[in-house]
Amino acid sequence: MSIVLFTIICLSVIGLLLAIILYVVSKKFHVEEDPRIEIVEALLPGANCGGCGFTGCHAFAQSAVESPSLDGHFCPVGGNDTMAKVASALGQEVKVQQKMVAVVRCNGTFDNREKSNYFDGYKSCKVALSLYAGETNCRYGCAGFGDCVEVCAFDAIHVDPKTGIPEVDQDKCTACGACVKACPQSLIELRAAGPKNRRVCVSCRNMDKGALTRKACKVGCIGCGKCAKVCPFGAIKIENNLAYIDFNLCKLCKKCVDECPTGAIEAVNFPIKVPKSATTLETPQTQAPQPKVATPIEQKENNSKE
Amino acid sequence: MLKTFHIGGVHPNDNKITADAPIEVFPILDKVYISMAQHLGAPATPVVAKGDKVKVGDVIGEPAGFISGYVHASVSGTVTAVEPMKDLAGKLVMHVVIAVEGDEWRPEIDRSSDIVRDIKLSKEEILDKIKLSGIVGLGGATFPTHVKLSPPPGKKAEFLILNGAECEPYVTADDRIMREQSEQIFIGGKIMLKALGIERGFVGIEENKKAAIAQMKETGKKYPELEVIILKKKYPQGGEKQLIEAITGRRVPSLGLPIDVGVVVQNVGTALAVYEAIQKNKPLVESVVTVTGQCISQQRNLSLRVGTSFSQILDAIGGIPKDAAKFISGGPMMGKAVSNIDASVLKGTSAFLMLTEEQTKRKEEINCVRCAKCIEACPMGLEPWLLNKLSRARRYDDLEKEKIYDCIECGCCLYTCPSNIPLLDIIRISKAEVTRIMRSRPKK
Repeated sequence: MSIVLFTIICLSVIGLLLAIILYVVSKKFHVEEDPRIEIVEALLPGANCGGCGFTGCHAFAQSAVESPSLDGHFCPVGGNDTMAKVASALGQEVKVQQKMVAVVRCNGTFDNREKSNYFDGYKSCKVALSLYAGETNCRYGCAGFGDCVEVCAFDAIHVDPKTGIPEVDQDKCTACGACVKACPQSLIELRAAGPKNRRVCVSCRNMDKGALTRKACKVGCIGCGKCAKVCPFGAIKIENNLAYIDFNLCKLCKKCVDECPTGAIEAVNFPIKVPKSATTLETPQTQAPQPKVATPIEQKENNSKE
Repeated sequence: MLKTFHIGGVHPNDNKITADAPIEVFPILDKVYISMAQHLGAPATPVVAKGDKVKVGDVIGEPAGFISGYVHASVSGTVTAVEPMKDLAGKLVMHVVIAVEGDEWRPEIDRSSDIVRDIKLSKEEILDKIKLSGIVGLGGATFPTHVKLSPPPGKKAEFLILNGAECEPYVTADDRIMREQSEQIFIGGKIMLKALGIERGFVGIEENKKAAIAQMKETGKKYPELEVIILKKKYPQGGEKQLIEAITGRRVPSLGLPIDVGVVVQNVGTALAVYEAIQKNKPLVESVVTVTGQCISQQRNLSLRVGTSFSQILDAIGGIPKDAAKFISGGPMMGKAVSNIDASVLKGTSAFLMLTEEQTKRKEEINCVRCAKCIEACPMGLEPWLLNKLSRARRYDDLEKEKIYDCIECGCCLYTCPSNIPLLDIIRISKAEVTRIMRSRPKK
């Protein structure tokens, strides 16, 4: 019994001593910090993802409090709501930014892109692509081993086992940019989510000449330039045999989608067009214009049914 | 006691199936595809255009930098294309395609089998000629030889080591040339001694090549300046740093080069190429390639013209073997997987190996059991399991402290791991990242 008592007393005394030391030290070496930093940090999501460009939420809060304006400070995870709260806490103004989303610019699914070999090593895009050009004949395309999936802190990106291409869950994606940095092929880009999540994007990064691209993938961009000619807003540029749509200029007219000979341009979340003549013939269930992720192939098939 | 290096090493089954197959001259086919990236460093710039007629030995590519080299036509005929084509890894590299017409050589090339023993040229002339003949290190790294034979100012070479270790399983190209052209190798070695301005050298050969050792010792009696040293069989003895330690007992410092300990290492194949370039005016247009693997019936040692494609070799041995699952250019330990069989043979290609699915299949990765076998196996004295762990956590500063940059990518750790952890795959990636970070630092 005495041993138990002795132990308890000993530990209590040690605990008390240490508590006193900690108290004295914290008083003596107290660092004056702007109390607003703590307030701002509490408003942030606390994911410490680094998507804002700072090392973490605390660094962001510190910088936001210390700098004269909130320019250059934007929390992609919290979005405009969080930024509005931060601005009101600091008595400053913040510009509303459009919602961004990560877009995988490759549509080289198993059907579109035949495999020429199999990679047997460690299943990582970075490892595979440091050794050679990948499992298919396209050396710019997605390797499909999911380096982007690994880095996503929000469970927003997954490789579809049917296609071998990562799919982004728009609701979960916070546009933190972790996957953009992780992709060794630079396939992922942060693009404006667009009105009703509708957007048009060139789903290809192949910079080879047209003939080589054609051999490698059915839906590769061959750099023919038809889309750039047809675009009424000058949003499309052709560089290195590759078209790129500037999402700030694109007005979603979809002319380029119809013009593209290979189907490399993808229009996402548009209601599927149902021709008027067909409306009367088909049953009402099938023609309900549900917003759906439509790949160019599905659209082409739809058009051919007309 | 036979000499060897002291830290690490593994003993894979050597599988030298083709050791007794003499080198056969492979027939010249209708077309060759000569890559401009035959060497380490910047790819050569093509200097021929479509429609040009070339003879064997004509320059078709000129160096595009200090570490680069000349490329010569390996056949005679008409250039049909100068365009980027896929190399064995599927990456685009400039190629010159030549349609073969006859076999016409440049007139100054001496094609007789007479051995020319007198070395007439001076040191500078030798270096110049080696450069113009497009000679690169044939041990695998294809580093331009003239650069290696010109030590940087302030550093002095003491020994030359001719590397005949050939520790890679399956490969027998060096073994065969040592048996068949031993005297030429010694003369090539003498030329390199003259170019370096030194008197002494060694030839290191592993004990499993008995016939080559006997032949080299016999011929070596006439060349006392180059001593034949028999080495214990251990992979990666053919690694530059390991070979230097085995023969001289000197250890190349971390981040250092062999010249820092006064040694220059050259492959025996390079010595032969140097002999042919200096004494016979013949640029490097041929390469001895071991075509091997258990799944093929005709394992052979072939003397090929540079630019012959792997698919042409496959056609000659009767198409793609049934069980073949993986093609490798080089040995099974450090060779490169061939993902595109239309790629062509380079100057430094030593073997074309075909493995079955059973031989190549990787087993499922399980947890590290801390058995420390990888530490025992690493010839550079690193701790692969730790490098793997730190790499997965992307702790590059700690990796630098653990000297990841010393890794020679020999694959001993991966070979020995009982848990099938892809150690080398992961280490290689972070090694590249760490060296990139180190290079980007401002120099003091």
